[in-house]
Amino acid sequence: MGLPLGAALAACGSSGPTQTGAGGGTGATSGGGGGGGGATYWYLSTQPQEGVRTRTVERFNKANPNGKITGTTFQNDAYKTKIKTAIGAGQAPTIIWGWGGGGLRSYVQAGQVDDLTSWFDQNAAVKDRLFPSSFGAATIDGKIYAMPCETMQPIVLYYDKRAFDKIGAQPPQSWGDIMDLVPKFNAKGIAPFSLGGQSRWTNMMWLEFLFDRLGGPEVFQAVFDGEKDAWNNPIAIDALGKMQELIKADGFVKGFSSITADSNADQALLYTGKAAMMLHGGWTYGSMSTDGGDFVSGGNLGYMNFPPIDGGKGDPGNTVGNPGQYMSISSKATPEQKEIAKKFFSTELMSDQSVKEWVSTGAVPIVKGADAQFAGSKDKAFLDFVYGIAVNAKSFAQSWDQALSPTAAEVLLDNISKLFQMSISPQQFATNMNAVIGK
Amino acid sequence: MSAVATATRPSAKAGRGGGSLSWLALPALLFFVAFGVIPLIGVLVLSFTQWDGLGEIHLAGFDSWRAVLSDPGLPHALWITFLVMAASWAVQTPASILMGVFLAGHQRYRAILSVLYFIPLLLSSAALAITFKALLDPNFGLGAGLQIPLLVQDWLGDPVLAFSVVIFVVSWQFIPFHSLIYQGGVRQIPRSMYEAAELDGAGRVRRFFSITLPQLKYTIITSSTLMVVGSLTFFDLIFVLTAGGPGDATRVLALDMYKRGFQANLMGPASAIAVILVLVGLVLALLLRRLGGRDSTHSQLEGA
Repeated sequence: MGLPLGAALAACGSSGPTQTGAGGGTGATSGGGGGGGGATYWYLSTQPQEGVRTRTVERFNKANPNGKITGTTFQNDAYKTKIKTAIGAGQAPTIIWGWGGGGLRSYVQAGQVDDLTSWFDQNAAVKDRLFPSSFGAATIDGKIYAMPCETMQPIVLYYDKRAFDKIGAQPPQSWGDIMDLVPKFNAKGIAPFSLGGQSRWTNMMWLEFLFDRLGGPEVFQAVFDGEKDAWNNPIAIDALGKMQELIKADGFVKGFSSITADSNADQALLYTGKAAMMLHGGWTYGSMSTDGGDFVSGGNLGYMNFPPIDGGKGDPGNTVGNPGQYMSISSKATPEQKEIAKKFFSTELMSDQSVKEWVSTGAVPIVKGADAQFAGSKDKAFLDFVYGIAVNAKSFAQSWDQALSPTAAEVLLDNISKLFQMSISPQQFATNMNAVIGK
Repeated sequence: MSAVATATRPSAKAGRGGGSLSWLALPALLFFVAFGVIPLIGVLVLSFTQWDGLGEIHLAGFDSWRAVLSDPGLPHALWITFLVMAASWAVQTPASILMGVFLAGHQRYRAILSVLYFIPLLLSSAALAITFKALLDPNFGLGAGLQIPLLVQDWLGDPVLAFSVVIFVVSWQFIPFHSLIYQGGVRQIPRSMYEAAELDGAGRVRRFFSITLPQLKYTIITSSTLMVVGSLTFFDLIFVLTAGGPGDATRVLALDMYKRGFQANLMGPASAIAVILVLVGLVLALLLRRLGGRDSTHSQLEGA
């Protein structure tokens, strides 16, 4: 009686790696980059993105029977730790998937990833197809260490049109509107904003926009550049204070600190009508289409860029998020494996078929002119919207936790969590964060 | 358990040549050195270095120790660890003793019940944590599903509630294990003691407090040692359930170590915390042994 139950539960909770792709390749069983002729590649397991990655690898393997890639999938937060440990232990996969920025910098400083600058010079066609803005997070000290790939994921303010109909209001055009909407939704028993607060980086997206809309990208850039006491900027303190005002006004769903983004419960709150709005990454559009029944297909989902804040200096066209995903090549891989990886980068990774598949998940690939592929897509409106944001944004800032070093990012997330708990004040937040500037 | 140990000691000595059997400890010793002592030395060395887990390891003297010891996060984590230890002991011990005594009896359905009680121990901590997390979700969990407003709380988002949930789940998982130890302990108590007490007219409660509980002294110490030292290393369950949050309300020492080492890439300070963990564990284990009286061969059965 007890045993099958235990087994079933254990199966539910399993976040262990799942092998896909070429099982028959030579030495494909070794997970590390050390041995075997085939290249290895680890990536994230969330659908529908996982399917696209898997099929891309399968197509590559079919076309290259002599140099195959073996893929292994991991859950998002588990992957972040796993990949670091594997790289440190010299067991990294050939292709290291990531978010660029501070994490990539730490790999570069440890000499664990190859410099791809000269390869991009030789293969200018590969580089020229991609959005130039996507190379920022791949470039460390003037050299390119990663191939930007997959899709751009700006953070978007999603809303449920049904909820706005219920209270007879319009989507917010300013921060003032947001604060006015909060009591109206609460009065109707609808949470104004959904938030998966336990994941911490979900809270961070709010601060990224508040900082940008109030003071432009310069405020965080100062932190990134390591300026002393950059968090003490009055604009930063003001933004943190506004954040706590919204929390105090019950702007977020009750119990948001118990909700994780990994389980997609925050998205579920929006499409089940329990919350009216949600600030989240562009990738959630795909999962809400898949999981939300007719919520997206029925035209109930609205989306917009984060509204301006009265008196703010930031350009309301700016956005934050992931300008792309990034693939590096492990310096510990064998020359054959590196060749396979480079061939993968220049052929199948962002091939027309892959671009088409990414578009079908409701995301915008980082390929120039990708909007030509949108015609006929059921998600055309959303795709055009995201493409428009990406093309028109004067600044497409990278997520803070990805831009900063892992050490500073952990302190940041920790303090954000406390800020949202109201257990520290904006000034305490700034003081704590100033202590890790440049680390 | 200690009763078993005292019983076997004389027979071991009765074997030929007092010290000649010490080689029996060799395999265990080898494993302990390979998987216990050597990594420990490694951690001690690492605590005097600077390493991000990726690149070269640099010697850094006492930098990590200074950073850890001056960080207000350390006393906080120590305090939380102590609270978890104390609270889980206070919840588990009475419950386990009662359940152990019950299971040692001869009631009807006892065997079936003891199997049922045992189930939580078979489940992995991570699976348990994920399940409880789903059940406690304020919007899609048990409370919302059954429409019981009392169960709709910010279980993992409020510091006090989150801490209580951790204690509850830990207890839920480990009470069966400690019940089993107590069951064994109770079965060791000679029937004759109870018979004598019954003749003297002692009731159920009196018999429990005057015979069962004192006779369980060493079992309580064994079980408490396991509980207290075990609670130092609670990691998987808390990590999955609350990830140390909200804020740092449930960030125990083991979690603090992991976060510093593997999320913030600070292996030096993380190793320093690991050394502190080991020291705290050793001191606690020693203290508990002292508590049990020095003479462990002292008989519990006098007067029986």
